[in-house]
Amino acid sequence: MSVVGVATAEPAGNRARRRKSRVTKSPKIVVGAAILAFFVFIAIFGPTLAPHSASWQASNSSAFAQPPSAKFWLGTDRQQHDILSQVLSGGRSTMVIAFVAGIVASILSILFGVTAGYMGGLVDDVLSIIANIFLALPGLLILMVVMKPLPAGDTDNPILIGSVIALTAWAYGARVLRAQTLALRDQDYVESARIIGERRPRIIVSEILPNLLPILASSFIFTVIYGIGIYVVLSILGIINPAQASWGTMIQNAQGASAMISNDWWWYAPPALCVALLGIGLALLNFGIDEIVNPRVRSRKGSRRGVRFQLGLTPVVRAARPHAPSSPDTAAPVLEGES
Amino acid sequence: MADPVLEVRGLCVDYGLGAEAVRAVTDADLVLRRGEVLGIAGESGSGKSTLAYALTRLLRAPGVITGGDVVFHSRSAETGEVTEVDLLAADGHQLRRYRWSEIAVVFQSAMHALNPVARVENQLTDVLRVHRPEMSAEQRRARAVEMLRMVGINADRLRSYPHELSGGMRQRVMIAMALILQPQIVIMDEPTTALDVVTQREILEELMALRDKLGFAVIFITHDLSLLIELADSIAIMYAGRIVERARAAELFHAPRHPYSLGLLSSFPSLHGERVRMEGIPGSPPSLAAMPDGCKFHPRCPYAMDRCRTQEPPLTRLTDDGGVGGEGGDRVTACWLHDGRQDPPEPLGRAFPLLASPPAPRPGDLSRSTS
Amino acid sequence: MTAESAESESAEPVGGTEPAEAAESAERAEHSKSAESAERAEPTEPASPSKVVHGPRRPGIPALEARGLVKHFPMHSGIGRGQVVHAVEDISMVLPAGTVTAVVGESGSGKSTLARLLTGLIKPTGGQVLLDGEPVGTGARARRKYTSSVHLVLQDPFSSLNSVHTVRYHLERPLKLHTKLGRAERAERMRQLLERVSLTPAQDYLDKYPHELSGGQRQRVAIARGLAVGPRVLLADEPVSMLDVSIRLGVLNLLDDLRSGENLATMYVTHDIASARYLADCIVVMYAGQVVESGPATQITDNPAHPYTQLLLSAAPDPARAETPVLRGRGAPPSLVNPPAGCRFHPRCPFAMKVCAVRSPEPRPVGEDHVSACWLHASELDDDQREPLSATATGPAIGTATAATVAAQAESADGATDAN
Repeated sequence: MSVVGVATAEPAGNRARRRKSRVTKSPKIVVGAAILAFFVFIAIFGPTLAPHSASWQASNSSAFAQPPSAKFWLGTDRQQHDILSQVLSGGRSTMVIAFVAGIVASILSILFGVTAGYMGGLVDDVLSIIANIFLALPGLLILMVVMKPLPAGDTDNPILIGSVIALTAWAYGARVLRAQTLALRDQDYVESARIIGERRPRIIVSEILPNLLPILASSFIFTVIYGIGIYVVLSILGIINPAQASWGTMIQNAQGASAMISNDWWWYAPPALCVALLGIGLALLNFGIDEIVNPRVRSRKGSRRGVRFQLGLTPVVRAARPHAPSSPDTAAPVLEGES
Repeated sequence: MADPVLEVRGLCVDYGLGAEAVRAVTDADLVLRRGEVLGIAGESGSGKSTLAYALTRLLRAPGVITGGDVVFHSRSAETGEVTEVDLLAADGHQLRRYRWSEIAVVFQSAMHALNPVARVENQLTDVLRVHRPEMSAEQRRARAVEMLRMVGINADRLRSYPHELSGGMRQRVMIAMALILQPQIVIMDEPTTALDVVTQREILEELMALRDKLGFAVIFITHDLSLLIELADSIAIMYAGRIVERARAAELFHAPRHPYSLGLLSSFPSLHGERVRMEGIPGSPPSLAAMPDGCKFHPRCPYAMDRCRTQEPPLTRLTDDGGVGGEGGDRVTACWLHDGRQDPPEPLGRAFPLLASPPAPRPGDLSRSTS
Repeated sequence: MTAESAESESAEPVGGTEPAEAAESAERAEHSKSAESAERAEPTEPASPSKVVHGPRRPGIPALEARGLVKHFPMHSGIGRGQVVHAVEDISMVLPAGTVTAVVGESGSGKSTLARLLTGLIKPTGGQVLLDGEPVGTGARARRKYTSSVHLVLQDPFSSLNSVHTVRYHLERPLKLHTKLGRAERAERMRQLLERVSLTPAQDYLDKYPHELSGGQRQRVAIARGLAVGPRVLLADEPVSMLDVSIRLGVLNLLDDLRSGENLATMYVTHDIASARYLADCIVVMYAGQVVESGPATQITDNPAHPYTQLLLSAAPDPARAETPVLRGRGAPPSLVNPPAGCRFHPRCPFAMKVCAVRSPEPRPVGEDHVSACWLHASELDDDQREPLSATATGPAIGTATAATVAAQAESADGATDAN
């Protein structure tokens, strides 16, 4: 029982309103969501907005990269491709693959983690061993080994790439979900569901999963960030070489042409910044959700209206609120106790 | 009547500031006398825990004290001189002087109040190290052993960790920690709620024996009114952040004045006599954010009048009908039924002490008149 | 909600000093096994039935019967590895229709385990449960029939309802599972259920979420959900101990109404003997996994025969009491991993005799329908067996002791009891 003696029942409207305002007031969520929305917009409309196609070349003759100018806002690379166009069209594949990875990994982590957590016993042991194996495997190396021999056409298939990436990412989420399921399984409402005769799959789907949503959302976003990172790294390393330019391949091209040494910063900086910014946006969103769901993480307003809240020193703020005098020592009438 | 050791006048406590503030305690008046046990009874939302923590400024954020006075009459052990300390005006240093050495608090859940990685001995000697720097390590240890013995724990438990002790023993350790500096006031917030009834009874017996021996005053907060009637000297009943009645324990049991007190007393089934249907109190305590107008209890009150719906009754003193040992001065209630304009209903107007000698009226018999 | 904190397993049971917690964590570990083996357990052999069956006497076949129920939880980890927690030891009880039986005990007495054994949530180590005189089967269909006949209301109103579902969902699920009603009929039935538990107007409550209701309202919804399956037996594990005092009686009165209105066989598990007396026809007192006394409710509270019941009554708050009670028998309930030999109460008992440390007493009649498992009521003991265990403990010298004699003798030897 906590010290705060707030009553239990609250009118429905208040609580919903409070939750909504907490969402919109949280700076992390607002900024994170804005960044994500921006990049989703670019992913969808980027290629149409780009002034040129990504493979368009300004000229075939010139062999040095042009710095940003009025004609090319972000300059060009050595092959005279417009950097801005490449950036705008390069986002799509990255984001699609990352989201596919997130979705597939989430499905896998639910299947393995929640089932293991709820069933316990041998099922739990087997599924946990599998998850631990995948967790211990070095993801990047595995991906390099698996993807290198893939025919070029397959590397264009975002579903395939995303699924393969998901195979290295699901294990962590599965462990987290399993741990949370173990905690939820002992809740009274699960026991009550069993008492009225609900079958096990129904309990997992209807009673446990909805309560796992916050942690699932967090895990999903985490996996998307991982997917972006891995995909970019695989592109930089040249393991994946899709026909279409993506941010990763841009950086790879820049590195291959020694752009870092020749200081053609406009070549590698924009795609790198995009990747970083997208990652930051997703991370902020993640922290924001965690803050709303987990009140303990919420940072308390240290000081408001000049009142400092200190542990062990409850502030005394004598407001000018009128209240009826009630002390028997003041001029209240003395009344008879019995007739 | 003993001298007061703690006086609370018009205390108001809010949660939050400004427009979002929720009033948790309104105009609380209490007097705690030396060596007596004052019980504070109430249900959820009554503000009893808030009040207890606010008294020593231990209320957590966003609790704010917004009005009233809390005066601690500190009596020096050597000289017997009494100094008045305004606890609400004190700063951190002053509070630290009085906290624990003069006013101690026993929290509700000892399991969470004891440091799980520190041995029992160290937790006790730490207190001494901070407050009695002149004591040597030997003396500290001896005192710790003595305190544990006083609460009924064997000295061989000194080196135990809290998780190695049972719930009852942990609570005893908390009480030992609270009493080790021989404070003048001990505030206990539901100290035995989580314990079995036998352990609870043992601990309370030991506590009362210690009180007789060491002479401290106790503020005992609980929802279990039936326990308080056996235990406390005087009782304050709280509802929706207000004190609605204050009386001596026997007076309250035999002759309550507030309908809520009557209802509460009727909520405890008896262990003797004929089994009759009891009704408790219909409805439920109001939410702090949505308080009714007028008297906060009127939606649930079987005797509510029109006046009760719009005007809030003040806490007013009642003259008792005298009688041997009648402590009329401290009897207060906040109810329009006793404003003199009408006769209060029979269950709320009983005389005390009882003039004839009928069998003790059981509140259960009379609650049939409630809806 | 970090992964690390979420991953820590339940605390290891500590031996000796923590009987209740050890039983709890062992029970939870057991839960996880039985959660998935509920449909796979082999039928257990019926243990030799106890001679005495506790519970109200009514003609006909009782709705629910427990015969020689035994439950031992194996301890999987910590220093107790390989040992078992003797949570419930040879309990035989009947729950006839239209009665309320209260099971009273402290934490660690096994009363909650007994309730869960009766719902089939955990499988007994020995003994059997009979529904309408028939042993409970183990197939899926038997399980389905059982869950529509027996329901358990849990203690905590704040966690027994899933906060992501509305009241409507909670009431509709059991209707969908156990009835063949159409949509409109279900809606009507839900309205009826809410009215039955005095949550009116029903429309207001159907679309509310649990956190929008008060504790008492949630508990009523939990009861309504239980009624939705159309049970014959209603078990309640401390249903009111987490509610505000002034609303407890409302819920208890509801249970009383259901007992008569729906002719339910009700079992009320509690630590509060006063509320047990209020509600129940019959009280069964449990200590350390065994029944120590049982009988009509008023009999038990007016004339307790077993020293433990006397201890409980003297410790319970009683404002009408004239003088402060004298606690006869201090200390805490024993470890269930290594329970004391003989009578499990003897280490705390002020009347302990030599025989109490050696042999466990059988329940003997001490009044009408009133039995007590105590050697004090035995007539066949010889003088040597009757000798008090400790020099300061008192007990009757010869002859059968009745409650009155016991009390009188205890009175005369007041103060001689060892304080623990």
